[in-house]
Amino acid sequence: MSGTLNYSLPDRAGHFGIYGGKYVPETLIAPLAELEAVYQKAVHDDIFQKTLMDLHSEYTGRPTPLTYAERLTEYYGTGRIYLKREDLCHTGAHKINNALGQILLAKQLGKTRIIAETGAGQHGVATATVCAKFGLHCIVYMGETDMQRQSLNVFRMKLLGAEVRPVTSGSRTLKDATNEAIRDWVGNVHNTHYIIGSVVGPHPYPMIVRDFQSIIGRETKQQILQREQKLPSYILACVGGGSNAAGIFYPFIQDTGVKLIGIEAAGHGVHTGKHSATLTLGRHGVFHGMLTYLLQDADGQVQEAHSISAGLDYPGVGPEHSYLKDSGRVAYASIDDTQALKAVSLMSLKEGILPALETAHAIAYLETLMPILSTADIVVVNISGRGDKDLNTIIQNISVD
Amino acid sequence: MQTIHTHIDTINKSGSKALAVFLTAGFPSADTYVDTACSLLDAGADILEIGIPFSDPLADGPIIQQSSQLALDNGIRLKDVFTYCEQIRERTSKKLVAMGYANPILSYGVEKFMTDAASAGFDGLIVPDVPYDEYENFYGQINKSLETILLVTPVTTPERIALVDKKSKGFLYYVSVAGITGTHSWSGDVIGSLQRVRAMGLQNKLMVGFGVSSAGDIHKIKGHCDGVIVGSAIIKRLLDEPQNIKRVEEFVASLKQACVG
Repeated sequence: MSGTLNYSLPDRAGHFGIYGGKYVPETLIAPLAELEAVYQKAVHDDIFQKTLMDLHSEYTGRPTPLTYAERLTEYYGTGRIYLKREDLCHTGAHKINNALGQILLAKQLGKTRIIAETGAGQHGVATATVCAKFGLHCIVYMGETDMQRQSLNVFRMKLLGAEVRPVTSGSRTLKDATNEAIRDWVGNVHNTHYIIGSVVGPHPYPMIVRDFQSIIGRETKQQILQREQKLPSYILACVGGGSNAAGIFYPFIQDTGVKLIGIEAAGHGVHTGKHSATLTLGRHGVFHGMLTYLLQDADGQVQEAHSISAGLDYPGVGPEHSYLKDSGRVAYASIDDTQALKAVSLMSLKEGILPALETAHAIAYLETLMPILSTADIVVVNISGRGDKDLNTIIQNISVD
Repeated sequence: MQTIHTHIDTINKSGSKALAVFLTAGFPSADTYVDTACSLLDAGADILEIGIPFSDPLADGPIIQQSSQLALDNGIRLKDVFTYCEQIRERTSKKLVAMGYANPILSYGVEKFMTDAASAGFDGLIVPDVPYDEYENFYGQINKSLETILLVTPVTTPERIALVDKKSKGFLYYVSVAGITGTHSWSGDVIGSLQRVRAMGLQNKLMVGFGVSSAGDIHKIKGHCDGVIVGSAIIKRLLDEPQNIKRVEEFVASLKQACVG
């Protein structure tokens, strides 16, 4: 099935259908409006766009390759698997695409102090990196639990000159780090820009982050057309907040022949209560400034998410994903910790690529998908990040002897 | 029945600013909540804001966060908030306002929440993460059985203040600091900005909160508002000494005294 779909969301008020919006304290309304105005100007500003593209080619290392996964394809025996190599971006993940875009916005806004939240540490590292490059003061909020499991990234951020503030409230993970970053912003809007790391939060963030990440999908489209003279049948990407997925999906949304599948973390299993499968098991809620699917208890208290990968460990999800799920344009599946770890091994052995634990969730879905494909089907997997940062966790869970 | 506006107006006409106090439901403990809340009202508070505990209170500083977490740990849920309100309502005719984040209310059902809260004795509702922009999306066309109070800040533009004032019922909540609750860093022009807001000829009474923590603060601003809201300063005293209700009563009495004249 192929065809096109008209798609121009969010609307002016920042809604994707009923989702999204600006569910924030009044103090943030003015800076969000200011950010939106500066962003809209930047979209049409050739100098801004050229500056960003130059940085991408000279600093990020874009375009990233689209690698044909020959041995993985042979292993499954059907279809053709391609890997979009965001793991080769400077700092090791797609997060830099957004951080660079937003640091340029911060400069246009005249803000001198940058704050960010981080889960796995990849967004924190990306933000600390661009702050170092542009000489801006950087504060990264990180849950204490995440600081322990991602100690390497904590060190990296400090080495890059960032101040890493441990968050000890709630579950001490990404959701609490985000709360703390928002609280900081509420108190320092006059000089501070908040570089949110995913397609979450109040409008215009989900739109801005998606747009900055959609360079992934634009490159993929061009590369696959060049290689195969046709669009892929499937695109797979992992979804925590959902920025790498939004980035690779968005340029294909109107191409209805391309099936888009987002893969969430099932943690210990979707029936165990210890998972991050927000779109699969959550219900509508208001969280971090947006209306979206949310993991919550019967009383509307936000539940802790669980995943072996710190970057997927988030009880909410980008509001656009909630819309895309309801509309049926994107399908969402889930992969548990064990399946993800297996995919880490498989990708390492077959392709010589050590993927991030987040990315491994998308890779693991090939087990489900490949057996039902025909040889003509092309599958693109977004390799959102590399797994060096996860070696501590991987060592504890995978035996190589 | 008397509206919150009329209640504040009556107090103002008697020569005092209205004093609203905030106390998280189920804090300092589930058993002592109703008595503690009533003693704040007896000590001189005119309006009680009952805080609905939430797991992720992003407009709140560490003090109210802590009280909210303690309440959740004590097992306090929405139905308990309604029960507390009913019990307090039996003992006072003063105004009771629910203050809570959007999600627990949405989860309960916004219209059902309004209906049940009104029958429990609540008069008003403040939802800090439902600003003017999302008001219609959140409440839709439901019959609003509570007065919905909206907030403005020193960075809210005059045009927007006019819109928010039109939509707000009960009073207009003026957040006096750029920050979360419990922040205390008034810049020199808090009075100037209050004067500018008041000069706009609001339809609502203007109540000042976030950053009001002492009788001295009230003396500074009382010429430029219709009342004040104190939360963190009260919660802090109860966190320090949960048993010492007398100390909090005296504190509230001193706040009320500062409101007079």
